[in-house]
Amino acid sequence: MNAPVAAVDWPEQLYATLKRADIRQVGYVPDAGHARLIDRVRADPDIHDVVLTTEEEGVALAAGAALGGQRAVLLLQSSGVGNCVNMLSLARSCRFPLLMMITMRGEWEEFNPWQQPMGSIVEPVMKLNEAEIYRATTPEEVEGLAERAVQHVFGGERIAALILSQQLIGKKVWVK
Amino acid sequence: MSALERRAAMATLLADRGDDLLVIPGLGSTCWDLAAAGDNDRNFYLWGAMGGAAMIGLGLALAQPDKRVLVVTGDGEMLMGMGSLATIGVKQPANLAVVVFDNGHYGETGMQPSHTGAGRVDLTEIAAGCGIASVLDVRDEAGLAGLAARLKDLARTGPLFARVRIATGEAPRVLPERDGVILKNRFRAAIGLKA
Repeated sequence: MNAPVAAVDWPEQLYATLKRADIRQVGYVPDAGHARLIDRVRADPDIHDVVLTTEEEGVALAAGAALGGQRAVLLLQSSGVGNCVNMLSLARSCRFPLLMMITMRGEWEEFNPWQQPMGSIVEPVMKLNEAEIYRATTPEEVEGLAERAVQHVFGGERIAALILSQQLIGKKVWVK
Repeated sequence: MSALERRAAMATLLADRGDDLLVIPGLGSTCWDLAAAGDNDRNFYLWGAMGGAAMIGLGLALAQPDKRVLVVTGDGEMLMGMGSLATIGVKQPANLAVVVFDNGHYGETGMQPSHTGAGRVDLTEIAAGCGIASVLDVRDEAGLAGLAARLKDLARTGPLFARVRIATGEAPRVLPERDGVILKNRFRAAIGLKA
């Protein structure tokens, strides 16, 4: 590898994917891994950025958006998946489209052991909630997986979890 | 203080509702109250998702800014989603009203006292503290009529929060459609969207 800097700017690609998919509402709990995407969304007058007090609010927000004809996504960290579990019954009972973009903690070069218990069960919890899992480990694969998740969610009114691994985001965020 | 009767209160709020009014109840008693007031495709009944009613209302209000969105929920449901009042306070949706039928009890589970009944928790103070400028405390028929009038002109006065003090009596259950996909599709069709 001759180029030490990643050529692929995956947060910018995620933003472009949201724009191509005509996402109009983005609910989020502030998160370092999503910081750049949150900045882009907040600066976009065509997207309602909704800062949440807890992630389950975002599941309900997305349901309301779908009722009203807008597409929404939820940005969260792995710990927030646990906060969503009962509210996911809303999406499952009514088949609301729900795209959750989850930044991982507790799985790779993690300094905080309290992140591991929830981080380790994100995928099984989402699978139990009938979500399709798209896990990105390298910058190059983020955009393609995000496009497939968008298609799964809005093409069929389903739930998808785009999992952004700690290997993908880790060093960029923590070694500054 | 003579508290209001819940079914009559719901009927007053929804009288001559108009096609631009979209209504989200909480689960439980307010859902039955809404059904009892007359079924309408522009109602999205909740049979679960406790704590989510106000946030569903926010997502809908942002998506449909030309319509009025009314959330009518109970004190127990609102307490579970209290953070959503902070979220609504940040977004300031002009077309959203959150009305809490407050009897100080969890009616569906056997009338156990809630935090508003057993303690000194005041949802109007919480809403005001979250930055919702229009907060009403409805205690009687005159107050209820005032709230109904405000709802007619909601798009210019929201976001609005109201506590309606209702009596603890439980009305007979009136059960609406409970298939979530049917409820979603008929709601969307009613407002001109692809089901």
